[in-house]
Amino acid sequence: MTAKYLVRYGSLGYLALILVAPVGLIFWRAFEHGLQPFWAAISNPIAVDALKLTVEVAAIAVPLNTVFGILCALVIVRHRVRGMGLVNAIVDLPLALSPVVAGVALYLLYARDGWFGPWLSGHGIQVLFALPAMVMATTFVTLPFVVREVVPVLREIGTEQEEAAATLGSSALSTFRRVTFPAIRWAVAYGVVLTTARALGEFGAVSIVGGGIAGRTQTLTVYVQASYENLDQTGAYAGAVLLAALAIATLLAMTMLRPREEANGDRGA
Amino acid sequence: MAIEARNVTKRFGEFTALDGVSVDVASGSLTALLGPSGSGKSTLLRVIAGLERPDAGDVFISGKEATALTPQKRGVGFVFQHYAPFTHMTVWENVAFGLKVRRRPKPEISERVDRLLELVQLAGLGRRYPAQLSGGQRQRMALARALAPQPEVLLLDEPFGALDARVRKELREWLLRLHDEMHVTTIFVTHDQEEALELADSIVVMNKGKVEQTAPPRQLYDEPSNAFVMSFVGPVNRLGDAWVRPHDVELSYEPDGSDHEAQVERIVRLGFETRVDLVRDDGERLHAQMTGDDVDGLELEPGDIVYVRTRRERVFD
Repeated sequence: MTAKYLVRYGSLGYLALILVAPVGLIFWRAFEHGLQPFWAAISNPIAVDALKLTVEVAAIAVPLNTVFGILCALVIVRHRVRGMGLVNAIVDLPLALSPVVAGVALYLLYARDGWFGPWLSGHGIQVLFALPAMVMATTFVTLPFVVREVVPVLREIGTEQEEAAATLGSSALSTFRRVTFPAIRWAVAYGVVLTTARALGEFGAVSIVGGGIAGRTQTLTVYVQASYENLDQTGAYAGAVLLAALAIATLLAMTMLRPREEANGDRGA
Repeated sequence: MAIEARNVTKRFGEFTALDGVSVDVASGSLTALLGPSGSGKSTLLRVIAGLERPDAGDVFISGKEATALTPQKRGVGFVFQHYAPFTHMTVWENVAFGLKVRRRPKPEISERVDRLLELVQLAGLGRRYPAQLSGGQRQRMALARALAPQPEVLLLDEPFGALDARVRKELREWLLRLHDEMHVTTIFVTHDQEEALELADSIVVMNKGKVEQTAPPRQLYDEPSNAFVMSFVGPVNRLGDAWVRPHDVELSYEPDGSDHEAQVERIVRLGFETRVDLVRDDGERLHAQMTGDDVDGLELEPGDIVYVRTRRERVFD
């Protein structure tokens, strides 16, 4: 009995200490003096720009990684070619690699003396310290999520349903739309939620390639860090709360998706 | 001929699944591809359906060259061993699929699907999902789905393999009736010789990627063209160089010119039929199949020494 309680309260205490206390404190500090300072902080134009930019970057990176994530998963699972194991491993690279490294790598590619830099600036295309680089950085770090969610489901459903559809006269595109996609849709949805959460919270790579120019290349995370460094505590907390609220919305979406995903899995058995 | 395969060869890496296979399937027939696992029978079925592309050889469907055609264009219905139901669609939607992708008018789809569900005895279950059906029901749904676009040819891959014995027997009889009604040329793959003998009007026996013999069931059983067919289709004994069916084995206490002596090991009574297990002095075992009355008449007992003669035996090169 004592062991049981020890395990229960031990793990709950751990969660409280590591997760609940810091996040709760953020909320408390942000609303400490009522709604007014919080509202003032997040309606300040620089904060609004940061929020807009964050959403903008995610709105490009997430659909990109959804479409290409599904395509990559299809290629990894369905195309039995040598070297596919390597591709499969490379997809996981962003999970293992620190985003800072990704940021530096992009910087080296697109800087004025980088590989692509001279050609691009010659044609008047600004990549670094602008939206394109920030989208690329975010896309890089969020690449694995859709692929990782979809690959095991594709493996499990196998190819028989697709072959059956083909013998029934369905074209490849129609088979994907009517058979393959419905079978993987909850995995895709879950992958999209994870990708979104990660895209909104990305800091390291984006802060390097974006340069953190207030009002121009500051995403919410970079804004929080800048406010913190400028000793603008309310601003930092307000930005942090906004990020936390986005994260909680994502979590809710995940919990809503999870039981459906499992029910669907049961049905597919 | 509804289907012709000519010199079809298919390799998977080092493994040769089909080695120059030629098969003719008559229009309206019910043909079995019979063989042990790895004999290439399923691969041949998939080549006919267009799900595998042969490395060499040609396939003709209804007289037309079909080797390069995609599965979509072959007019072939395929039933998979594990049915491959569309798990996220209802039974009704599963059956309607082939008609929907062909953009048939809605009233036609609705009428045909209802009629097919009735034919496969699933009329009340159209709104269920495949997971809510039993194995036999799922199998019938897969059949209705394959028949919906009115294929010229119906291909069944181990159609009863995953079902228990009772359901299997029911479905066999039902498939026979269905084939009599629909007259669609049907090929099914099986490793069960009894199933092939019971259902098919023509059997193609395959082994190691080659066709051993193609014949009607009776001829296959009575006039096997080689030792493999003899031993794969029906029970068999070795007696020196000869192959003998257990029901062609005669036992007696008198030599009567027989030079095969054996000891009765066990007498197994299986209702009308009785099996006598024998051991010869060189250690070879054989079985005699006789009626209980014959055994009683001879007063056979385990341990007795008897002489073996054969009514009919075969010797292959």
